[in-house]
Amino acid sequence: MSARRVFARPARFAAIAPYVWMVLFFLVPFGFVLKISLSQTAIAQPPYTPVFDLTEGLAAIKAAFGELSLDNFRLLISDNLYILSYLRSLVVAVTSTVILLLIGYPIAYGMARLPRRWQSVAMMLVIVPFWTSFLIRIYAWINILQHDGLLNQILLALHIVSTPVVWLSTDSAMYLGIVYSYLPFMILPLYATLAKMDVALLEAASDLGAPPRQAFWLVTFPLSLPGVGAGALLCFIPIVGEFVIPDLLAGSNSMMIGQTLWLEFFTNRDWPVAAATAVALLGLLVPPLLLYDRLQRRQLERGG
Amino acid sequence: MARTVNRISRFNITSLALGLAFLYLPIVILVIYSFNASRLVTVWGGWSLRWYHEFFNDRAMLDAAWMSLRVGAVSATLATLLGTLAAVGLARGERFKGRALFSGMLYSPLVMPEVISGLSLLLLFVALDAERGFWTVTVAHTTLTMCFVTVVVQSRLTSLDRCLEEAAMDLGCDPVRAFLFATLPLIVPAIAAGWMLAFTLSLDDVVIASFTTGPGSATLPIRIYSEVRLGVKPEINAICTMVIALIAVLIVVASFASKLSSARGESAAPL
Repeated sequence: MSARRVFARPARFAAIAPYVWMVLFFLVPFGFVLKISLSQTAIAQPPYTPVFDLTEGLAAIKAAFGELSLDNFRLLISDNLYILSYLRSLVVAVTSTVILLLIGYPIAYGMARLPRRWQSVAMMLVIVPFWTSFLIRIYAWINILQHDGLLNQILLALHIVSTPVVWLSTDSAMYLGIVYSYLPFMILPLYATLAKMDVALLEAASDLGAPPRQAFWLVTFPLSLPGVGAGALLCFIPIVGEFVIPDLLAGSNSMMIGQTLWLEFFTNRDWPVAAATAVALLGLLVPPLLLYDRLQRRQLERGG
Repeated sequence: MARTVNRISRFNITSLALGLAFLYLPIVILVIYSFNASRLVTVWGGWSLRWYHEFFNDRAMLDAAWMSLRVGAVSATLATLLGTLAAVGLARGERFKGRALFSGMLYSPLVMPEVISGLSLLLLFVALDAERGFWTVTVAHTTLTMCFVTVVVQSRLTSLDRCLEEAAMDLGCDPVRAFLFATLPLIVPAIAAGWMLAFTLSLDDVVIASFTTGPGSATLPIRIYSEVRLGVKPEINAICTMVIALIAVLIVVASFASKLSSARGESAAPL
């Protein structure tokens, strides 16, 4: 016990450098986002888009000290574009999370029921795609889904369709891309809880007369709920702010909030509105983030 | 009884096989088409290395690849250093002031939408009047990837039997030596895995790099992304295949390293 306490002090010392780093490059930047989102650009009011330059960005920060304004946020709630893209982000994130759960659960369950030796192989096979670039995996789907791509060629050859189907720039392509990219994030926490479960519980249920299906719903599923929660949060939170997948795979008629932010920043060069969009997005994500933080802390500090 | 168990496992195997096919098939198709001689991505014109030649003659693409490799190596190294220190602090520091904030800052970037991280870092760099380019992207990537390193190393540290380091201290080691000689050798595989994860994440990132880089210093994913927006190009298939090959090599090396060290760890345990 005392050895632990002696060990603790240098360990805390070790944390100083990363602590300072994270405060400087993670916490402080949020301050700047908040400040700029409240800043009123002197150049122009909406509907005119204030043009921002690198140097003028600095001026805006200085001005922000003097005059804070909620105008950017008023714009966010008065303009349909923003409300619609927040709503769309939520709908897409919820739908994708449900689909991921429906697909990921059977896979994780199958992994957990494999013989021990094969479990680590299966886990490796699920992790490897997560290591290969996610941009590359989206690109791989564009290859398959394009007008004269493999999917259409197969469908035409099998006479299932008579003319090529438009797959790209549709919501289905976007959902496919999201599910494909986030599947490992759903499977791994589910697998972790399912693999830890005691098989004796299922045997007990079956001895007491529960058919397998009932045993699953009464025993396995409730016990796997922490994994369901972790997987759902791990997918839901980043999907809400997703940019690349909807940009490459979905049509351009409706945008997710990440795309709106990107558009304001890079195309319209309206930094205050982009910052306000980010603040609102962050506000939306605070409850799930806190929940995720608690789960993560409990899992990492209990060990195992 | 035995029959129902069998049926369940057949269902399990089917769902597992379908799942894995779903994960791997698109990548396999991409790799095969990178060797396609035809300019039309979808028409098979025989095997060829033509698109690889094209890549090695594409100055802008090569520059971007070089930039990405440098950013990846430097940021992964920094992230491994900082992330390991953070993991030690969290796993061995017991309670300390600001611990909740510390762990919150380290866990939330794992799920934080990249547009938020990218925008906020850019606004910081602008406020600091930092010249945007290699170093700003490297700092941004370090910030993101050190969190992944922390989680990987911390979970290894918490699952580790603390007897060894306590024994080392009972035998007269000071805490720093006990860590260096008893703990560190056992977490080396986790640290190596952390480095590789950091490297691949950096090699993969489009969004944060787009926000934090400056003119004339695009990373490989930024270039790939802008090409992909214009449509499928066989050269991109070739580049992607090479990136996949690089990552595959890293994974094989990592798994060998971890096997080697876990064998060593087992032989050390009876001591």
